[in-house]
Amino acid sequence: MQLYLPIADIPVNVFLVLAMGAAVGFVSGMFGIGGGFLMTPLLIFVGIAPAVAVASVASHIAASSFSGAISYWRRRSIDPILAAVLLSGGTVGTALGVWTFTQLRALGQLDLLIAMSYVILLTTVGGLMFWEGLRALLRARRGGVASPRRPGSHGWIHGLPLKMRFKRSKIYLSVIPVVVIGLIIGFIGAVMGIGGGFILVPLMIYVLRVPTSTVVGTSMVLTLVTMVFATMLHAVTNHLVDAVLALILMVGGVTGAQFGARAGQKIRGEHLRLLLGLLVLAVGIRFAIELVIQPADLFTIRETGGSG
Amino acid sequence: MMARIPLTLAALALGVALAASPARAERLIASVSNHRVTVTPNYSGEELVLFGSVEKDAQTPANRANYDLVVTVSGPRADMVTRRKERRFGIWINTDSRQFLKVPSYLALFSNRPFDAIASPEVQRRQQLGLNNVLLTQRVGPDYADVVPADPFRRAFVRLRSEHGLYRESTSAVTFLTPTLFRTGIPLPGEVPIGTYDVEIKLFADGALVTRTETAFEIVKVGFEQFIATTARQSGFTYGLVTAFMALMTGWMASIVFRKD
Repeated sequence: MQLYLPIADIPVNVFLVLAMGAAVGFVSGMFGIGGGFLMTPLLIFVGIAPAVAVASVASHIAASSFSGAISYWRRRSIDPILAAVLLSGGTVGTALGVWTFTQLRALGQLDLLIAMSYVILLTTVGGLMFWEGLRALLRARRGGVASPRRPGSHGWIHGLPLKMRFKRSKIYLSVIPVVVIGLIIGFIGAVMGIGGGFILVPLMIYVLRVPTSTVVGTSMVLTLVTMVFATMLHAVTNHLVDAVLALILMVGGVTGAQFGARAGQKIRGEHLRLLLGLLVLAVGIRFAIELVIQPADLFTIRETGGSG
Repeated sequence: MMARIPLTLAALALGVALAASPARAERLIASVSNHRVTVTPNYSGEELVLFGSVEKDAQTPANRANYDLVVTVSGPRADMVTRRKERRFGIWINTDSRQFLKVPSYLALFSNRPFDAIASPEVQRRQQLGLNNVLLTQRVGPDYADVVPADPFRRAFVRLRSEHGLYRESTSAVTFLTPTLFRTGIPLPGEVPIGTYDVEIKLFADGALVTRTETAFEIVKVGFEQFIATTARQSGFTYGLVTAFMALMTGWMASIVFRKD
């Protein structure tokens, strides 16, 4: 069934977009990530202008993460205090990121910079997660301790002042690294046009030592707030949010996210990390290949401005 | 197609008044089947039909029998950039680019026989017959100019637009139903831009331009599509607020629907 999108100005197959939304929603519900780094390339692939795709995906991620966050909240898997502290850093980071984005665009070669950061960030984060997940899995198989939280290994992070008790996560931690991580995620998210969940989740696990039970739900809250903010920003500045496209993606996305969240609860933590590591690594490698291999077409066209 | 003919003939009658050309040997009368293409939710492209006829009068040379016709349809104009990737330090990056100024976003060139058979290369160039001869202005440094058809940026530009069905050329699309009555289809793919489309019809005989006429049609959004597009443009804040609220509602609804108790 074809449907004409009023802002993107092209007809699309409703069922195809619905299925894409559901598939990405499933992944995002399972790992507690926004899935923007998967959805945006998919939309561009079906012929939607990159700017419209980025803007509309933000609202799709907002819907997916809200529905996910509600079900995590019901299972008491969200740490509201931790989320609030992360957000305080996240908002400042987002504002800084938007400012940097504008500066970079003025310099040119922004596309290349974004592609390079995708490659570096995705392959590094994905590779590390995959490696860590694999090691945890092997340890568990040998009958050792599978938890990444090694007893007694309190690093320098835990020596920082301004300690605070995060009851639901059962951790006692300084607020400084939490705010800094929120700041970094907000900044990266705004510059690269992604929610940043796939970086936030490992950072929370390995740096903050947040237990797996609350990490996914809490990161979803951060994604939700960032993406609602991003939707507003895109709608006000660029007028490129396609509400019809967003609605189709949302309906598919929230459905997928529900099943994904359920599946995520059933899978063991180290398996989950291994899978997410693989996924992130795969996308990173795909971007790397695109840069290295000779493209099928050396030329591209972009409209720079209408007139009459 | 048969159902369209009465309608087209009615439009033809109307077209007679519009196509009043100065006293020449021939007059060209033409009209498209639909002057206003409306974009509705199930719009996925359309094909228009252009009908017309060549009217002879007393001044027409008696021995003139074979006419050639070239139809040029050009969509709303826009500035576009063509970029070329090159390998630098092992990765492919955009190195060179050309800006095309106010070029048609849609361009179709139809004729009844190959352009080479219609007119000499000189006339083809002057009358912009065929995609190779159409003027596509580039910004070259501080100057504005069109380049040779073999220019790699120009060739790539035309090729990429053609792959999307937005630039097309057919030397058999125009058919003469009688020696003076002609028709051609104008295919519009789903991704054609919204706006005003100019149709220019040129009549050739013995390799020279005899007369020309113009008509136009527009592609417009109506109803829901138009409402969304204008709201997004004119009241961005409200639009964003509604979209964000819609996202939250969808997420909330889903968590209720899928609640497992």
